[in-house]
Amino acid sequence: MSTAVRIRRLERRFTAKPVLRGIDLDIAKGEFIALLGRSGSGKSTLLRALAGLDHDAIGTGLAQVPQRVSVVFQDARLLPWRRVLDNIVLGQSGADARVRGQRALAEVELAGRENSWPYELSGGEQQRVALARSLVSEPELLLADEPFGALDALTRIRMHVLLKRLSAIHQPAVLLVTHDVDEAIELADRVVVLDQGRIAADITVALPEQGNARTSRFAALRTELLGHLGVEAEPASLAAGV
Amino acid sequence: MATLPASAQPRREPEQAFIENRQLDNLRPLTRRLGLPAAIRFGWLLGPFLLLVFWAAGSATGFIDSRQLPAPWVAVTTGYELIEQGRLQNHLLVSTVRAGQGLFFGVVLGVVLALLSGLSLTGGYVIDGLVQIKRAVPALALIPFFILWFGIGEYMKVMVILLGVFTPIYIHTHNALRGIDLRYVELAETLRLSYWQFIRQVVLPGAMPGFFLGLRFAVMGAWLGLVVVEQINATDGIGYMINLARNYAQADVMLVGLVLYALLGLASDCAVRLLERRSLAWRKTLAQ
Ligand SMILES: Nc1ncnc2c1ncn2[C@@H]1O[C@H](COP(=O)(O)OP(=O)(O)O)[C@@H](O)[C@H]1O
Ligand SMILES: [Mg+2]
Repeated sequence: MSTAVRIRRLERRFTAKPVLRGIDLDIAKGEFIALLGRSGSGKSTLLRALAGLDHDAIGTGLAQVPQRVSVVFQDARLLPWRRVLDNIVLGQSGADARVRGQRALAEVELAGRENSWPYELSGGEQQRVALARSLVSEPELLLADEPFGALDALTRIRMHVLLKRLSAIHQPAVLLVTHDVDEAIELADRVVVLDQGRIAADITVALPEQGNARTSRFAALRTELLGHLGVEAEPASLAAGV
Repeated sequence: MATLPASAQPRREPEQAFIENRQLDNLRPLTRRLGLPAAIRFGWLLGPFLLLVFWAAGSATGFIDSRQLPAPWVAVTTGYELIEQGRLQNHLLVSTVRAGQGLFFGVVLGVVLALLSGLSLTGGYVIDGLVQIKRAVPALALIPFFILWFGIGEYMKVMVILLGVFTPIYIHTHNALRGIDLRYVELAETLRLSYWQFIRQVVLPGAMPGFFLGLRFAVMGAWLGLVVVEQINATDGIGYMINLARNYAQADVMLVGLVLYALLGLASDCAVRLLERRSLAWRKTLAQ
């Protein structure tokens, strides 16, 4: 498998204190990676380095990313003065841009909302439009920084299903920043834990399709990841309620 | 609080006294909200209407001395006479052309300067300080120089109006251009927008609310500028008409001029607001 992203000895700091302290990470084409870590561990800094948004940061190291990179932010970040479809095709050129935009909108189950204004959509719908906007360029790398963090639990589950399906169709490499351990296990092929600017764990999920094997693997991963995050694993009864 | 019909009074039986008995059949929202409820169309006319009522009642009862302020109907009859003589239309036309020209060129100048100084740092260093200086200098103090430079004709008059118009346009447009949300800048970067795409599709639309705010001040400023310039070597215009009436102590004609200014100001502000609503349909604000 060839690599989509290659990161070597990546260091970043804003002040004297380093935020990323030598990150080495490869992401294969089409691979789905969840990036976990405590608040302030440097997840966003890493993602922004890959997105080319770290103008304020100084640092060294290598970060190779593919040609087409898309970013989904925690807020949908739709331009309020453009209608939904115009938001999706922002920056897209070519005669078929609008057709591709409509297809992307249908993929996020919002067909028919082309001419709505962003303020007319719910938070979850806005985030789905943002997802459509990120997929319309057929990215080779999709970067998402806590994209579901502002959504309610039910909407978040629907978004998980949607993201899983769409990333299976479009096959981008995905780097999903999250603080939700269950979300990470549910969605990712690999979970990387960041701690104080270093990679503290890199775990392949390999979740069985269904059955008891899946449940026990899930629980084991959960305990392990929570351990890396410095949290005592909660009793199963609590865990099931998340 | 409005009284409810007897049938709508919440019944409070002892065993269910804790239940809030919300009546759902009166077709009115039952919950309170912060912010403002939906505005009534033309609701803003209430204040002017109340003023008119007070004025009319005061004049009719003699509470307002007609030598100090003629009655509202005097403004109507005098206005009618002036129209019959063909004078009012003439003055109005001349003033409207002046204000219109000043407004047009002032808006163009304000927008151009705001773009130059809002979109480039160097432009800002050159232009912004100058505009602040201009703001600090009263228009009245500039007029003698304008007469020296531009003469006492039409040209000077339009320039004075322009000067009052371009500043609010500049200030508010510049402010909006510089105040663009950084999150949208990041978005544009990740979407790989070119510089001009970024300006055209992100910065300019985002600055439109600021521009319209400036425009509302500018339109008012254009009419106000008239009063000043039409005192100087004018032979026509509403300002001239008022000035002339003052020399002959014709309070009724002065009043017609005042009322005309008020109506023009209101009407043009309405026009700008309408334009704003049409252009900024994407905005959902407290006032709508
Ligand atoms: N633009 C910035 N300027 C200064 N410090 C920053 C900036 N962005 C992030 N940091 C610092 O870098 C550290 C890591 O931040 P971040 O990558 O946002 O963490 P995470 O996303 O894992 O919560 C934090 O201590 C934060 O204060
Ligand atoms: Mg973060």
